[in-house]
Amino acid sequence: MSDTLLKVRDLKIGATIYPPGERPRDIEIVHGVSFDLAPGKVLGLIGESGAGKSTIGLASMAYGRGGVKITGGAVWVNGRDILKGSHKDIRKLRGAEVTYVSQSAAASFNPAKKIMDQVVEAAVEQKKFSRKEAEARARVLFAKLGLPDPDNIGERYPHQVSGGQLQRCMTALALCPEPDLVVFDEPTTALDVTTQIDVLMAIKEAIRDTGVAALYITHDLAVVAQVSDDIMVLRMGNTVEYGNVDQIINDPQEEYTKALVSVRSIEHEEKAPTEEPVLSVRNITARYKGTQFDVLHNVNVDLYPGQTLAVVGESGSGKSTLARVITGLLPPREGEIEFAGRKLSPDLKGRSREDLRELQMIYQMADVAMNPRQTVGTIIGRPLEFYFGMRGAEKKKRIIELLDEIELGEKFMDRYPAELSGGQKQRVCIARSLAAKPKMIICDEVTSALDPLVADGILKLLLDLQKIEDVAYLFITHDLATVRAISDNIAVMYQGKVQRYGGKSKVLSPPFDDYTDLLLSSVPEMKLGWLEEVIAHRKMESAGN
Amino acid sequence: MKNIPISALIGLFFTALYFLGAIFAPLLAPYGVGEVVGDVWEPSSADYLLGTDNIGRDLLSRMIYGGRTTIFIATAATVLSFTLGSVLGFFAAVMGGWIDQALSRFVDLVMSIPTLIFALVVLSVAPVTIPMLILVMGLLDATRVYRLARAVAVDIEVMDYVEAARLRGEKTAWIIFREILPNALSPLIAEMGLRFIFAVLFVSTLSFLGLGVQPPEADWGGIVKENKEGIVYGIPAALIPAFAIATLAISVNLVADWVLNRTTSLKGGRG
Repeated sequence: MSDTLLKVRDLKIGATIYPPGERPRDIEIVHGVSFDLAPGKVLGLIGESGAGKSTIGLASMAYGRGGVKITGGAVWVNGRDILKGSHKDIRKLRGAEVTYVSQSAAASFNPAKKIMDQVVEAAVEQKKFSRKEAEARARVLFAKLGLPDPDNIGERYPHQVSGGQLQRCMTALALCPEPDLVVFDEPTTALDVTTQIDVLMAIKEAIRDTGVAALYITHDLAVVAQVSDDIMVLRMGNTVEYGNVDQIINDPQEEYTKALVSVRSIEHEEKAPTEEPVLSVRNITARYKGTQFDVLHNVNVDLYPGQTLAVVGESGSGKSTLARVITGLLPPREGEIEFAGRKLSPDLKGRSREDLRELQMIYQMADVAMNPRQTVGTIIGRPLEFYFGMRGAEKKKRIIELLDEIELGEKFMDRYPAELSGGQKQRVCIARSLAAKPKMIICDEVTSALDPLVADGILKLLLDLQKIEDVAYLFITHDLATVRAISDNIAVMYQGKVQRYGGKSKVLSPPFDDYTDLLLSSVPEMKLGWLEEVIAHRKMESAGN
Repeated sequence: MKNIPISALIGLFFTALYFLGAIFAPLLAPYGVGEVVGDVWEPSSADYLLGTDNIGRDLLSRMIYGGRTTIFIATAATVLSFTLGSVLGFFAAVMGGWIDQALSRFVDLVMSIPTLIFALVVLSVAPVTIPMLILVMGLLDATRVYRLARAVAVDIEVMDYVEAARLRGEKTAWIIFREILPNALSPLIAEMGLRFIFAVLFVSTLSFLGLGVQPPEADWGGIVKENKEGIVYGIPAALIPAFAIATLAISVNLVADWVLNRTTSLKGGRG
């Protein structure tokens, strides 16, 4: 027994669904999953959204979130079956033997209490340490996790530290009571790539130094490969493949795992700049209303017809603001925009219907970019009606054509957005913008809310459509793998300035400036030992640190 | 339309009963509205199912005609307040800036005066006719609807699909009626049930105070007023309209609850 800390056998988890117009019924969302975890080891749980990975993670604390019930199987922690334990036994377990690190530290900390009070709470409550001992231990952990000023950072409130620091505070919170097992639920997903590395390294070292075992839940195989000993691939509540990290990454057996490992295999030849640019942004400086701070400084970029310009940067670099300026939602303070050979009015109100038609936009969150009360047919049909005056059969024919182009087909016409998956929703948004026959589409982080395989499909679709419709994309993203896959030109943005700009091969080959180097080296690679190499190689601290 | 919960069925039944009674009043009422047919405060009998009132008119006929007036005024006032309040509320939310400020502060100003006192002052100066009643009640209630509609629309207005419609170049009317209204319907319908009942109570209160529906026209508040002395002698005539108001209030709200549940769980509903 001593060599297994956590033993999960045939775990089954169910939930109740409430389909409209029908009686509520019970469904099973995890169908008998089994695994073992030895002390000091890390097991990575990986899968797309809906795979059941978080549910399994929480079940190892005997917890079912939001009406989820554990319906079968057994979970042993330190030799005890915790599912059979009383309420009191479970209270003793949580926060003492097993702790939890959630995805969004910002949403999980109480903003009204100091960080230290929250970090030591569980340890003191569980009588593991006295308040004084717990605080001393917290300071040691802050230092170990690389937080600045470890002796005093606990006196700050959660909003006074950055997102990456807060995520590390949360790791300290989880480690403070000296647990045997920590469940990490997507701890780095909400962070920028450059910050993600620091947090990842801190977590990895903390796990190694404290000898704690961990369940590491994520959808990013490259990340999990850096920290885990074993990996379990999950899909729709079933185990697809379970083995040690070396075997999963280098010798995957199942088709699904192979697809995950080889994702982002799109090849795109860079095109040389042609004739006149379709969009040319000249010396744009912009700030938000009521602030005294420029978020864009003297930005200059060009986009050529039928090509893709990728705008890359971390959050806060001004890339989405640039999109708002181009669309006219935020008139710039200085500079001008030329589009299709004419000068664009800085304000949305001053633009002609032709300007609006030729410049379309696709959003990050497809769910809120479509009116939930309109059918797919109405959503795609409206631009046809609005710009081209199409009616009746002619409109219907064109909608079906567009639905075929996005590989969905006619049967989707009468569906509501709520009846589509994430990838299908994004496809409908693409069709809506194509319906206007635009010269250029702004794609604002269109794949970042999607699972890797689905995102891959969307990128392929966008590239195919570019060939057919000869449309130019301004592609805003923080994900360099996406940039490599689709761009012709790249603009790297940092703190509101264009740091590096040019053709893809030029931007992505040395010599690099320090920021581009940091950004490029921070993209997780599907390779063991990558994390250590990167940390050794770094020249510059990330902005979120 | 299957799976209607029992509470909604009860609500639907009584609401339909009252509305049908209102519509077909002349066919249903055994006597005319102002016709004196018997003695003062006769008990219920085969001739007068609910007895007679303070000057010997048939109470059942008075109730049916009175219900017609009350329900008509309340419905018209509710429709007026909702049309005006929600359109202005959506407009303020979509336009923002000084238009929003001006409208919202004006509404605050009107709301700072107690509704009943405001209505009494206006009706004591203006001629008390049914259109006037509807207008006063509708306008005063519109301020409440405005606040709700604006609050709901402000949340919807920042959604990406509204921004997408703006970028497409849509007019304000399209944004209000096609993008915002369908998504704001659920809270508005819930409010509508409540507001209708408030309107029934309001018109009854006004009539009871003598500034509502004028005799010889009947309405429920007026019937309470006419028969209130009877209570001292143990005559229940004044309680019958009160009972009618209470049952109508409950049944309309049961229906509103059910409609609300249905629209939120519709395909594409929120959540």
